[in-house]
Amino acid sequence: MLYSDKVMDHFMNPRNVGEIDDPSGVGTVGNVKCGDIMKVYLKIEDNSGVVEDAKFKTFGCGAAVATSSMATEMIKGKTIQEALEITNKTVMEALDGLPPIKVHCSCLAEEALHAALWDYATKRGIEITGLKPPVSDIGEHENVMAY
Amino acid sequence: MSEIYFDHAATTPIRPEVFDAMLPFLKEGYGNPSSIYEIARTSKKALERARDQVATALGAQPGEIFFTGSGTEADNWAIRGVAELLKPKGNHIITTAIEHHAVLHTCEYLAKNGYEITYLPVDDQGIISLEDLEKAIRPETILITVMAANNEIGTLQPIEEIGRIAKERKILFHTDAVQAVGHIPINVSKMGIDLLSLSAHKLYGPKGVGVLYCKKGVALKSFIHGGGQERGRRAGTENVAGIVALGTAIELAVSELEEEAARLSVLRNKVIDGILEQIPHTRLNGHKTLRLPNNANVSFSFIEGESLLLLLDMKGIFASSGSACTSGSLDPSHVLLAIGLPHETAHGSLRITLGRSSTDEQIEYFLKELPAIVTRLRDMSPLYEDFLKRRA
Ligand SMILES: Cc1ncc(COP(=O)(O)O)c(C=O)c1O
Repeated sequence: MLYSDKVMDHFMNPRNVGEIDDPSGVGTVGNVKCGDIMKVYLKIEDNSGVVEDAKFKTFGCGAAVATSSMATEMIKGKTIQEALEITNKTVMEALDGLPPIKVHCSCLAEEALHAALWDYATKRGIEITGLKPPVSDIGEHENVMAY
Repeated sequence: MSEIYFDHAATTPIRPEVFDAMLPFLKEGYGNPSSIYEIARTSKKALERARDQVATALGAQPGEIFFTGSGTEADNWAIRGVAELLKPKGNHIITTAIEHHAVLHTCEYLAKNGYEITYLPVDDQGIISLEDLEKAIRPETILITVMAANNEIGTLQPIEEIGRIAKERKILFHTDAVQAVGHIPINVSKMGIDLLSLSAHKLYGPKGVGVLYCKKGVALKSFIHGGGQERGRRAGTENVAGIVALGTAIELAVSELEEEAARLSVLRNKVIDGILEQIPHTRLNGHKTLRLPNNANVSFSFIEGESLLLLLDMKGIFASSGSACTSGSLDPSHVLLAIGLPHETAHGSLRITLGRSSTDEQIEYFLKELPAIVTRLRDMSPLYEDFLKRRA
């Protein structure tokens, strides 16, 4: 299996790894069963609705890390409405493509951004047109075993 | 440091002596063993010499050795062959939950065609229980197929005891010994094995050559139909160079086995102990001592195997993992799930399989590089973040 140079670059030098203190919204998607979990933190400026900062933490393969890195890069500086135009397709294109079995990783990146935006909207009691509630199935990682 | 190959369970390089032995049959020794002129007779002789070498290595008779196109083919032939041969007697086959897909998928195929399969569970170290085996036997049981050594976690099964039980109950016993032959002592007559699969590329021979040992008297039918090669039991012009290579490779592997196994198990323990001592939240997968001398398999909590492999690759270290992402499916290795690992721990597994090229220096370099790689991945893992928060 071959990753593009872009994917390898974002995997080896991931942008925006980390957490945001007091984030405007947090979204976690994926599940341990299939081996990918992405958690996205957003800082949104309430008046302008601009995403000022984005960070992520990801448990997953090279493609999962690279798509998290790229998706957080893409959302920074965008308004919420512009942010909704980031899809798995645009993330994948920005990475010069993914191997077929890794396409689900790019879906997860889109879902993670949406989940964080949903969290923001819920907290602020606002409605973001065109945003659907996240399909969350992360329940299983609550009791991750440590050896 | 130049490249460090820690994936000998996936395949091995052809060793120089083996290459030298096979080369003439890729050049001037191209005769078809079925023809009658001189270069054909040379090929035929070489083929029969290789058969003797394999027979000697296994404690079998040359007439019991059949060359195949892979270990996978040998597994398919053994299982489907017995299923067909003994259909009048019964339709029940006993295997284990941790077999290679060459066995598992063949059993699944038979299950769709009227056969019943019992998949014996394994304990948390990856070993079946003989009691379970005895209980699983029915009047309709026609075959027990249990691998000698597991390709992922290296666990060894009690082959001799299984052979004894099979003999007592008059059931044929097949073992997939692809990972075992040349690595641990295997003797088909001592161990009561009726059928055994092996593959050349796991013992420093070439890819695409295997053997099915089929005990005299077990009248397995042909699986590949065509010409009269292999005494009419396996058609297809023989891969002479590959077979010659296998003969040389198996002879060398068995003659060096004791010394090399002792050397590798010291290195293996160094890998295992080095990881478990240096890095918290790790566990050994498989049995501590009843395992292949060259196999170390460890899980790291909170991180995923493919990421780990990519970062090791950047350091010139080639290894493998049971994570879903490396298996090409959404599920992690069936073997790691069968020993009871939760999904996330199975995704975070690393398999190091050593071989002839492995040295102390390589292992020291690996153990020096690994902790930072694991830390780097844990620092970006939401699972580790949760764990730290819960602990705080
Ligand atoms: C236990 C086991 N059985 C069967 C096989 C298949 O052998 P081959 O690669 O020769 O088809 C392998 C190798 O991947 C193996 O490890």
